[in-house]
Amino acid sequence: MSQSTANTSHIGSQGLLARLLRKMQSKWRTIVIVIPFIWLLLFFLAPFFIVGKISLAELKIASPPFTEMFDWKDGGFPKIRLVFDNYLYLWEDSLYFRTYLNSLKISIISTFICLLIGYPIAYGIVRSGPITKQLLLFAVILPFWTSFLLRVYAWMGLLADQGTINNLLIWIGLIDEPIRMLYNEFAVYVGIVYTYMPFMILPLYANMEKLDGTLNEAAADLGSKPTNTFFNVTLPLTMPGIIAGSLLVFIPATGEYVIPDLLGGGNVLMIGRLLFNEFSANTDWPLASAVAVVLLILLVLPMTIYQYYQGKATEAEA
Amino acid sequence: MYNKRSKFLTFMVTAGMVFFYVPIILLIIYSFNYSKLVPVWGGWSTRWYDVLFQSEALWNAVSLSLRIAIVNATFATILGTLAGLAMVRFGRFRGRTLFGGMLVAPLVMPEVITGLSLLLLFITLKQLIGWPSERGFTTITIAHITFSLAYVAVIIQARLAGMGQTLEEAALDLGAKPFRVLIDITLPRLAPGMAAGWLLAFTLSLDDLVISRFVTGPGGNTLPILIYSRIKTGLKPDINALATIMILFVAACVAIAALIMFRQHKKTMQDELIANQS
Repeated sequence: MSQSTANTSHIGSQGLLARLLRKMQSKWRTIVIVIPFIWLLLFFLAPFFIVGKISLAELKIASPPFTEMFDWKDGGFPKIRLVFDNYLYLWEDSLYFRTYLNSLKISIISTFICLLIGYPIAYGIVRSGPITKQLLLFAVILPFWTSFLLRVYAWMGLLADQGTINNLLIWIGLIDEPIRMLYNEFAVYVGIVYTYMPFMILPLYANMEKLDGTLNEAAADLGSKPTNTFFNVTLPLTMPGIIAGSLLVFIPATGEYVIPDLLGGGNVLMIGRLLFNEFSANTDWPLASAVAVVLLILLVLPMTIYQYYQGKATEAEA
Repeated sequence: MYNKRSKFLTFMVTAGMVFFYVPIILLIIYSFNYSKLVPVWGGWSTRWYDVLFQSEALWNAVSLSLRIAIVNATFATILGTLAGLAMVRFGRFRGRTLFGGMLVAPLVMPEVITGLSLLLLFITLKQLIGWPSERGFTTITIAHITFSLAYVAVIIQARLAGMGQTLEEAALDLGAKPFRVLIDITLPRLAPGMAAGWLLAFTLSLDDLVISRFVTGPGGNTLPILIYSRIKTGLKPDINALATIMILFVAACVAIAALIMFRQHKKTMQDELIANQS
């Protein structure tokens, strides 16, 4: 197509050629933008409005199991039925309130542990020799590619009463009876820290890699102690990495379903698991939708902050 | 930065690697355990691999998962590349903020929300236009494309930002049409990024459990759904065998991809050097 347009444009003046080119360019530009745009509007944005709509419906024993928002029966203008009962129910039943709080608590503590462990690892990788650095980076990324489900499953084998850790401790003679490590909050923390650690290390690494080492040297030359330099120079400079990594752990961990289900075994209250049960075991879709809407509202602020930093990072690179 | 690592940092890196890999290595070792009880060692054996290869339900799930993963990766790479080009090379356009937001949000969106919202969309669509008539392959694939394309877009954006516009500008100066520049220069240079994106989308799809469980229908058992229902009831030695095969397969794929990208990277650097000199 480009070839034929180019050939005909030779006949016209330079101005016409430029105009044609610009027009053609804007045409394929439009196509490039519009195709993924429409896909995301239809399959990512529109579904949220449907969730919002169904969260305002009532449970009905039918297929699908909820009432319609618009009542067409009377003819003429449809009556709009909005039911806020689901949200009231979430507010009144202390189970939901406790579950939201517990999810936030677990994901905040896990994020903090990830940061405490991940920060020195990322810093250590940045300070390695060029070949070691590439190998270590590869070693951090590799678990990210292997199945999340199987990595969680691996911990079931380690933490079980008859599992590897308990067997080892008994064999050494440190303990006589197995310590209960699976199906409680401890197991959930281990699972989240283990599976989300790469999400903390990689943004930190990307940030630290760009740090100017001469600043540390300057601080040292001016008599700053290493701890002092760390808190006054390195830490503030790596703040963008800390924020990006923490949000990448915190946001998905709050809605986590697989880890509390497999490692928590029903003893740990987390909102993702409650949502799934509301949806599948109780088939209460309107309530499940209301749970999802409230979770989304809780996470909108951290998500916006993440996007702001992500946008700034892309602009800085370009 | 200077290549100096304190003892503390070396210890943390070493401990981190142990923490990352010991669970996976133990999982692999126990797949060769003769004992029916996973943690009890009963001697080396490949019996669980035999059990695995005889399971028909497993092969159906593997085939469904692979088909979804391949279709998903292909579409996600196309859409993600377009989206990445639009974000990095097109400057400002109407709706850019919304577009950028929709590209980043799937990366962090809790899976239960994405899964529930897509299921409700499919049900609403079925009521309105009668499609999709049943849930399974199509609905899972659409759901996977939606989150995979965001990951592909991140890789493409990083690559576009990293490779600069020197070669494109040189071609334009020499009179090449913008469309030709896209086909002959930008896309070939993006190819390693697209290959990496394809592989990532492929593994993300093979790995997804939560979203698939929401949008699947009767008979639509993907591999993770099958594995999940098996391990819900406890540790299973044949799942260890399956895990070993999957982990080694993915590790091999990633190693090959890394090698290809490394060689491509070297070639591009040379091209750029020549372009800058002339």
